[in-house]
Amino acid sequence: MLLLILKRIGLGLITLFIVSLITFVGVEVLPGDACTTYLEREAYGAALDACIKRLGLDVPAYERYLDWASNVVRGDFGYSLSGEMPINEVLGPRVKNSLVLASVSILIGIPLAIVLGIITALWRDKLPDIMISTITIFSMTIPEFISATLLILIVAIWLGWLPGIVIIPSDATFYELLSNIILPVVAISMIMTAHMARMVRSSVIQVMASDYVQMAILKGVPYWKMVFRHVLPNALLPAINVVALTIAWLLGGVVVTEVVFNYPGLGRLVIESISNRDLPVVQALAIILASIYVGINLIADLMTLMLNPRLKSLQIRK
Amino acid sequence: MESNLITEDKQKNKLEKAFEILKTMASKPSGLIGLTIVLFHVVLALISPYIAPYDYKAISPNTMLLAPSAEHWFGTDSLGRDVFTRTILGGRTALTVTFFGSLIALLWGGLLGIFCGLVGGKIDDVVMRVVDAFLSIPWILAMLLIVSLLGTSTEVLIPALGFFYGKGIVRVARAATHDVIAKDFIVSARARGHSNMSIIWNEIIPNVRDAILVEGAMRWSWMLLGFSSLSFLGFGVSPPTPDWGLMISNARGLMSFAYWSVIAPIVGLSSLIIGINLTADAFAKALGIDRSTKAPV
Repeated sequence: MLLLILKRIGLGLITLFIVSLITFVGVEVLPGDACTTYLEREAYGAALDACIKRLGLDVPAYERYLDWASNVVRGDFGYSLSGEMPINEVLGPRVKNSLVLASVSILIGIPLAIVLGIITALWRDKLPDIMISTITIFSMTIPEFISATLLILIVAIWLGWLPGIVIIPSDATFYELLSNIILPVVAISMIMTAHMARMVRSSVIQVMASDYVQMAILKGVPYWKMVFRHVLPNALLPAINVVALTIAWLLGGVVVTEVVFNYPGLGRLVIESISNRDLPVVQALAIILASIYVGINLIADLMTLMLNPRLKSLQIRK
Repeated sequence: MESNLITEDKQKNKLEKAFEILKTMASKPSGLIGLTIVLFHVVLALISPYIAPYDYKAISPNTMLLAPSAEHWFGTDSLGRDVFTRTILGGRTALTVTFFGSLIALLWGGLLGIFCGLVGGKIDDVVMRVVDAFLSIPWILAMLLIVSLLGTSTEVLIPALGFFYGKGIVRVARAATHDVIAKDFIVSARARGHSNMSIIWNEIIPNVRDAILVEGAMRWSWMLLGFSSLSFLGFGVSPPTPDWGLMISNARGLMSFAYWSVIAPIVGLSSLIIGINLTADAFAKALGIDRSTKAPV
């Protein structure tokens, strides 16, 4: 059991190592280095030399990688080009803001998805299922920037209920954040809920068709007791992994949503740093976002392992 | 003569099979709606340059932000351009780029996946670790980086999108290959002394084709979402090219009093994405593949 967990963590670390290599090599191979892209037309003479010296671009690439990687392991991402400040200081408040947005969306999204998934599965092909499933298909396929724009148009402009964009500094307090994130949270959890509800639905349908549920029905177990005791635990367990993968996939959508609502989180930092050609920040963001992905999947794997006694004795599925 | 007959027969069978699949897809309302929408968009993209009533880049200060009327069905935008013209032309770039992008994704992802599934061992381990690593980089970050450093021309976008969206197909193709590889007909083909190439071409591809095609169809809609998100963020096609993502982002600031110039491209893009999704779902169901329990990776 312990070995299995250690092995899983090891695989995650290997993935992160490869990500760091990919981003480093990617930035290295693409035309222009950090200095020429950042200085653009002024990239000659003394300014270029000074910049190269400052970023240490005059040493071989592998040495720079080792240097950078060992700093990252110690939690130091180096300096941002445009702000001339430590990347850690740039990231700190952004990470906090994105965490608030993500956790509120998840706290609303997951319970809602489970309830909707169960309803649609139990009333399969009846009116509740058809109605909810149609809405689900709409909200999971329409791009984030469209649903966010429509939300602003309808709720903020036509109805005038809430402010359309978030106007808060990146170091806003927790309370200031909460009152401003209603629309972004709705936009993100709408898509997330739709994806998960669909998975819960098919998972529940699969379990309902299994032999032991048929057996329970034949034995005369009361319907709701059967649903809660026999169906749900078995249906939700395999959904955990898929839900984790989906959350990670939605990270890209969070970036777009943050831009639409002008929300000062990690996502907007992605766009800002790429527009400013601030490659050190881009590298740091790639590592952080990949760590979130690996972390979420790791937690999901461990949760599945803890909750499923059968898997404890087995090798982890690939 | 005889061999000719056989190939003709085979072709007819293939056509019949494709027709059968189409019929199964259209037999459910969601599949029929999806197919109709996609067909409508493809036809519109083909004929729109000939039926567009105005020049898509004609700027005129006299016609700025006009409400919908008989002359301008969907009104005009902040530069006085006809929104109807730009909306019906707006799908052309998106459809072309994402269609060829999906083809590239399908080809390299499918072939690499089959190869990995077949050879297994160390090569397979290494490739899958790299694929996992690529999967853990959010698509938007990778695309933005490529586009901001290499530019936004279609010659860059098509292979970039094709490469990035192919990585998920590698996994699916590999898993599908694993499923067939232990079957008796592969073992007997090996025993007959067929080469690896012949086994891949004659035994494996026909059996994993369905799974890969379904992945490719899903990939098409995600790629469209990615492409239009890039345009929306200002990293996609450059103005004055009519493009839905770009139109939405330009019209967004003025939507409190000129909502028509944002609604038209929204309807265009949403309907196309929903159409492709419904079609891909119906396609998967017609081939007997259940996609709803899988994560979008």
